Amino acid sequence: MAGYVSAHRQGSATLPRRRLTEPALVRWTLIGIALAFLALFLAVPLVMVFSEAFAKGVDAYWAALEDPDALSAIRLTLFVAAIAVPSNLIFGISAGWAIAKFRFPGRNLLITLIDLPFAVSPVISGLVFVLLFGRRGWFGPWLFDHDIKIVFAVPGIVLATIFVSFPFIAREIIPVMEASGTEEEEAARVLGASGLQTFFRVTLPNIKWGLLYGVILCNARAMGEFGAVSVVSGHVRGRTNTMPLHVEILYNEYNFQAAFAVASVLALLALVTLVAKAVIERRLARSLAAHDETAAPESA
Amino acid sequence: MSKSNRVLPGFRITMAFTLLYLGLIVIVPLTTLPVESITMGWTAFHRTLTDPRVVASYKLSLGASFVAAIVNGVFGVLVAWVLVRYPFPGRRVIDALIDLPFALPTAVAGITLTTLYAPNGWLGAPLARHGLKVSFTPLGVTVALIFIGLPFVVRTLQPVIEELDLQVEEAATSLGANRWHITTRIILPYLYPAWITGFALSFARAVGEYGSVVFISGNMPMRTEIAPLLIITKLLQYDYAGATTIAFGLLVISFVLLLAINGLQHWTGRRLAH
Repeated sequence: MAGYVSAHRQGSATLPRRRLTEPALVRWTLIGIALAFLALFLAVPLVMVFSEAFAKGVDAYWAALEDPDALSAIRLTLFVAAIAVPSNLIFGISAGWAIAKFRFPGRNLLITLIDLPFAVSPVISGLVFVLLFGRRGWFGPWLFDHDIKIVFAVPGIVLATIFVSFPFIAREIIPVMEASGTEEEEAARVLGASGLQTFFRVTLPNIKWGLLYGVILCNARAMGEFGAVSVVSGHVRGRTNTMPLHVEILYNEYNFQAAFAVASVLALLALVTLVAKAVIERRLARSLAAHDETAAPESA
Repeated sequence: MSKSNRVLPGFRITMAFTLLYLGLIVIVPLTTLPVESITMGWTAFHRTLTDPRVVASYKLSLGASFVAAIVNGVFGVLVAWVLVRYPFPGRRVIDALIDLPFALPTAVAGITLTTLYAPNGWLGAPLARHGLKVSFTPLGVTVALIFIGLPFVVRTLQPVIEELDLQVEEAATSLGANRWHITTRIILPYLYPAWITGFALSFARAVGEYGSVVFISGNMPMRTEIAPLLIITKLLQYDYAGATTIAFGLLVISFVLLLAINGLQHWTGRRLAH
């Protein structure tokens, strides 16, 4: 819940006719206030990231990114996302199938439970893994005896990242799978398709845009998570530092230009995410509309 | 069980995997908080929660989140209205930009806002000349929380404004109502449930927020120390009990808000169905 609102599928809203809107003066005043607010809180900060990143020129910018610690932070971030996103993707598909295609008691409770990580503060998302796997945690002594390190090491970072990015894919797939119904899958089964054939040939084409949407949001969160990862990371430069943690270290060392250089890469990722999101939203709206059209004659 | 359940395969295996994964990744880790809080006993629990520094951090987190949610409530409804109803050049781009706070990693937002509002920053310098300090004050905390909560109100209201029945406005107009009356008597009352939902979502997100706030807050105990930061501080001092207690309190607040939001969305859904 908190931390996220679901996909905004903008319909082709027809704009009201002339007399049903405010006078031009009021209209432009309101537009002006809204844009000023958005410029102040969104546009100016965004511009500043890049301006600070290049404050000492292009060479300094590249130097900050080519620094061995920065490179290892980039590698770790990619590595963590490469585990977290596919794990949550498999979960999302599995949960989507069970929840959207079948009816069972406790269904709504299950959906609420999947949303839980959104309601939890990032710091708490990290803390719970320290309470489980830390030296004094539930499994701490056992892990210590077997010389396994989870918290303050890479496995802890992976776990915390999976936790915070957990609901994104499932919560996009469930409504899309629900909207496409079960008739097509049933027909495929009756015609002799196997379960997996049915999924890959019938279900997947129907949910691909919703799936991609969820993957993109999940990936953005996985690569950008700071609070949860900060709690479980050992903050060892070059070893357990992800990109957001590297930004923090550089900033706290007053190396602002380098901090913003690394931050600009993350900001770029955010911009790519926003563009991809806008494109997919349009596709999603179109595929849902197409589905409604094909479904309409049956219901009539 | 409906008929389709017998035709489609895979319910058992996908359900089993869903429950296992959910249990291992989310449920088991989260149960540590209530279990640890209960085993530490009431006195220790009570002592931590009434510690002045903890109380101050809760007050700041809740207070700043509330103010930020109010600001987002006011400007969010305006932005949502403008984006849905008024055509202007660049509307699509602006609409996509609304989600920036979701997509931008919180640490990036944190250092950016801090630099922007620092006494020598782009916005901090002119404000400082007027005697207004933002970075490293509770005001700075609020600014970061406005940024982080901004999309919630807008995104909750946009679909509701799109659904507004133009015929009602048309009827009111032909009956002689002017735009002011239509706005205050018809449109705004219709938006209330979604508006409050957006406010609550924005508030809930802000209460637990960490990354975008720690840099701009300055982290002075009793003054600009938010509750999530205090959890980390206690953890670094190996005060696991203290960290757990503060976290549990925060978790309870989040759950109460989650329940309220679910109720509100139910209400909004019913209103929209009419």
